[in-house]
Amino acid sequence: MKEKPETAGPDAERRRFLLNTARTTCGAALVGLGLGLYANRQAVARPVYTTRPPGALPDKKFLAACVRCGQCVRACPYKALRLAKPEEEVATGTPYFIPRRIPCELCEKRPCIRACPTGALDPLLTDIYKARMGLAVLIDRENCLNFLGLRCDVCYRSCPLIDKAITLATLHNQRSGKHTIFQPEVHSKFCTGCGKCEKACVLDKAAIKVLPLDLAKGELGKHYRLGWEEKTKAGHSLIPEQMDLPDRMPEFTSTITPEWKP
Amino acid sequence: MSTPKHPGVLSKKKKGRLGANRWLLLRRSCQALTLALFACGPLTGFWIIKGNLAASRLFDTVPLADPFILLQSLATGTIAASTAIIGALIIAGFYMLVGGRAYCSWVCPVNILTDGAAWLRLRLDIREGLQLDRTLRYWGMVLVLVVTAITGILAWELINPVTLLHRGLFFGLGLAWTIPVAIFCFDLFMSKRGWCGHLCPVGGFYSLLGLVSLIRVRAEGRDRCSNCLDCYAVCPEPQVISPALKGKDGRGPVITEANCTNCGRCIDVCAEGVFSFGSRF
Ligand code: SF4
Ligand code: SF4
Ligand code: SF4
Ligand code: SF4
Repeated sequence: MKEKPETAGPDAERRRFLLNTARTTCGAALVGLGLGLYANRQAVARPVYTTRPPGALPDKKFLAACVRCGQCVRACPYKALRLAKPEEEVATGTPYFIPRRIPCELCEKRPCIRACPTGALDPLLTDIYKARMGLAVLIDRENCLNFLGLRCDVCYRSCPLIDKAITLATLHNQRSGKHTIFQPEVHSKFCTGCGKCEKACVLDKAAIKVLPLDLAKGELGKHYRLGWEEKTKAGHSLIPEQMDLPDRMPEFTSTITPEWKP
Repeated sequence: MSTPKHPGVLSKKKKGRLGANRWLLLRRSCQALTLALFACGPLTGFWIIKGNLAASRLFDTVPLADPFILLQSLATGTIAASTAIIGALIIAGFYMLVGGRAYCSWVCPVNILTDGAAWLRLRLDIREGLQLDRTLRYWGMVLVLVVTAITGILAWELINPVTLLHRGLFFGLGLAWTIPVAIFCFDLFMSKRGWCGHLCPVGGFYSLLGLVSLIRVRAEGRDRCSNCLDCYAVCPEPQVISPALKGKDGRGPVITEANCTNCGRCIDVCAEGVFSFGSRF
């Protein structure tokens, strides 16, 4: 049989010390693991219908810098901003707004940014129109009234950067055959993501929505070059001018048309 | 050592009801005033202070910030803007003057709850409970910083009961009320002074400022001590009293232990007038 470990003496004391240390370390590691995993989940989770205040650093950096003090919330004259409660999906305590409820009015004096003590809202953003809180996307082309052929135009007219961030592109109305569709088109070069369009959309659920930039935007392969841009940059085409071959129409078009009767 | 169930009876006889609760009343007033300052703006539209305990601005000019949160932010590798740094220095300097954990007993809203739980525990004579190690808060503090450094975000601030409660009170509580209730029940039924006296990493951090803080409780009249143990019964950190009171190994009468919260309850409760506030020197 094995001898029982001694209950007194330096050996027993060392044993107790080691066990105590092991226990505390183990407990601490478990708690830390739990907190770490929870924190990581919160870092990535942000519902798409929410938007950070103007000038907010990229998400992970923002969660490192923002101390959740709510001074931006207090500074916002339109009460657009709010701090996330624990049961909400946005990281607890951090500021955000829901454009469909109250959009950002793009105050030129930037009260929220100037109130932020930590720089989580970047003080270098001196021109509020350079804010990129997200990107408006005309997401429902089936229900948008303009796509149905009407002249709603409300989102276009509500845009603080009208004719820059949103333009109306004309499109032939295939259904009526004789009208024009004025298609709202958003340009990421100017869109701030303020959400005034989303708020203004007259549908029960907005057809145009502000989405997080990384979700809203695609990305060209790094090696892609736009020929026409390179051409203007260089002053001439980078490849030998192409031969201009005569256009040829597909043959079947001419055979089908006569048989078709409206 | 059995502690008295009704500490302060003698003191009340000698100094009267008010005199025997002087510091307690001052402290509760200070806690109430702090809450009132933050509540004033949202309720009346007259803004004295904007923000919450994490960071705020007094009269739209003086920045204040919690140095522990700034330390966490630093652990993520972020250098905060100068406003927050100045604010944190002001607060750190302030508590180095009035006692590090004076934050706990005079400002923190959680303390009102945990003091309440401790009081009820004494009244209901609940003596059993979990024996926790008082150094756990330092483990907690280190853990907070390590997790923050690894995840790269202010992880602790997602669950920190202190800021959760204070933020909730002025920006909308939501389900945040569950955490203080849990702490109250934990302190009442599971462990005496469990949260503030053993676990809270925030208290752990502020106790470090207390290592150098100027204002301290002194047991100047320790010769008069009648060994009634009333001070031990009311002190949230009773382990800090003995060295100064008993003067073992030639220790002076100043309570230099970092975890004395400068609540002054021992001053109130002592019928012999052993304790008083003074400087560390
Ligand atoms: S720019 Fe103005 S409206 Fe927009 S979030 Fe800031 S304070 Fe509010
Ligand atoms: S003011 Fe800055 S630090 Fe405070 S909640 Fe807003 S973004 Fe965060
Ligand atoms: S120990 Fe923590 S919760 Fe308790 S009073 Fe101090 S800071 Fe507040
Ligand atoms: S020693 Fe006195 S002042 Fe310090 S925590 Fe205990 S009761 Fe409060």
